[in-house]
Amino acid sequence: MQKNKKISKNFILTVIAIAVLIAILGFLQADSINYSYAITIIERSCIYAVAAVSMNLMIGFAGQFSLGTAGFMCLGAYVAGILTMPVEIRDQVYYLYGMAGWLHDIRLPLIAALLVAGIIGAALAALVGWPVLRLKSDYLAIATLGFSEIVRAICGWDGLGSITNASYGLSNIPAFKNVFEAVGICAACIIVMLLMIHSSYGRAFRAIRDNDVAAEAMGINLFHTKQLAFVVSSFFATVSGGLLAVFLRSATSSTFTVALTYNILLMVVLGGIGSVTGSVVGAFLITGGQEWLRFLDQTYYIGNFQIPLLRTGFRMVVFSLLLMIVVLFWNRGLMGSKEFSWDGLFGIFKRRRKTK
Amino acid sequence: MLKISHLHVNYGGIKAVRDVSFDVPDGEICTLIGSNGAGKSTTLRTIIGLEKAASGSITLDGSELIGLQTNQIVTNGITLVPEGRHVFPDMTVLENLKIGSYMRKEDLQEDLNWIYDLFPRLKERSWQAAGTLSGGEQQMLAVGRALMSKPKILMMDEPSLGLAPIIVQGIFDIIKEINKQGVTILLIEQNANMALRIAHSAYVMETGELTLSGTGAELLKNDAIKAAYLGGKK
Repeated sequence: MQKNKKISKNFILTVIAIAVLIAILGFLQADSINYSYAITIIERSCIYAVAAVSMNLMIGFAGQFSLGTAGFMCLGAYVAGILTMPVEIRDQVYYLYGMAGWLHDIRLPLIAALLVAGIIGAALAALVGWPVLRLKSDYLAIATLGFSEIVRAICGWDGLGSITNASYGLSNIPAFKNVFEAVGICAACIIVMLLMIHSSYGRAFRAIRDNDVAAEAMGINLFHTKQLAFVVSSFFATVSGGLLAVFLRSATSSTFTVALTYNILLMVVLGGIGSVTGSVVGAFLITGGQEWLRFLDQTYYIGNFQIPLLRTGFRMVVFSLLLMIVVLFWNRGLMGSKEFSWDGLFGIFKRRRKTK
Repeated sequence: MLKISHLHVNYGGIKAVRDVSFDVPDGEICTLIGSNGAGKSTTLRTIIGLEKAASGSITLDGSELIGLQTNQIVTNGITLVPEGRHVFPDMTVLENLKIGSYMRKEDLQEDLNWIYDLFPRLKERSWQAAGTLSGGEQQMLAVGRALMSKPKILMMDEPSLGLAPIIVQGIFDIIKEINKQGVTILLIEQNANMALRIAHSAYVMETGELTLSGTGAELLKNDAIKAAYLGGKK
């Protein structure tokens, strides 16, 4: 009885929180011209959150240190970009190479294009995972990093110009219709991954991460489980790449360098390895943080005196310092391996009050 | 019945198990005793498919197990409690138990109740992270987790390792209880005294070969065994 009451209370709080979020998004959307900056940050953060959660699924839950995220995102960006670009504008974009005839008239709605991208990414992951997942820890990281660069190189290769437009990249990709579409798709992706993590598959992931000997003795097939984690993680990494292309309205292979993987890894580590909430928080903090600190890039004068240090680029110095501080004091990430819960949130306030 | 015949297992160039044959009849407690490095653990790991046999055969009720994957062998009804317990420290006790039934999809509540009856301590701690349990409780959890796959044969690798004598006694009482409820047990022990007391049949393993066999009671009285494993005088 008591338990039921508690669940319903948390349920009501969740509904209220979602309603408030929708109301805020609606408010921003209603005046989207004035709030375009805020909307941009929210959309970008959400897209990175999907990438970060997908990476966390592999690194934090299955314990496999894979760094192929940027490669899959690159693939997703190109597939989704090609499939959603308006047919009438294609000749203009592909003016140099000419678009391949079989592809020229295929156009899909956004969600279908993202699904196709995800499936291609998943299939590629299954193929690559077969040899690569036999490796462990740093060897796996190197192999997947190499794979990621190969994908990027192929996407920028002249020989595939009639498909990928080579180094010119894709442009004129139709943007999201509104902020709800972007946030909604991202939320759906994260919810699917959450459900997976809380299923018996998720338990198997954590079992092979914590103790592969015992997991194997329990009858968990190590290879199949790793493969499953890699395929699912790659599916969503690819989808997030597609979302990023739609968000940027363009796709060029130079966006998807190793630095992008590290950026996402940073979100995962900052938020907490093994916490979905942490990855989402990390994505918002890192994307938002880089923007909020922008005031440091301007030069200020008090009378004739120019405040020292404040100049273009100083923002990143402060940002890096803040990161170091966070990592020093929260060395398991902001959330550790815990997930957000209302009880946990109220617990913090209660403890605070007690200590006062 | 689990039947092992002429089993050979190699580690690189080392012949860890040489021409080992023995039977584990249904409903019995069978034990392999022997010193460190005699090949006992390797034998168990080969039965469950974690090591590859060089030659020989392992059959369960007449069907060959060699060549099957570990998950298939677990589905066939054999499970292993690994040496050193190996619980999943960051998962709760309940999650650990659920992992044990990973290969089965049916309702678990009845089996959970069975485990909780055997180990009331685990029920009290079902929401606790397994890493915070004491050594004895972790061993109980490892056994409970293995039982969740509803095995016909439960194999245990050194269940007494690193535990206080009074807790070891408790573990062995539970092994007997599990056996009474119809689970066949194959037990490896360095603590030969305890193992031989509860075993129906026992085998002594030395440097990869079986050197002696008999009922538990017979081996307890055997002078060579007393000298080698039980601290008796020749």
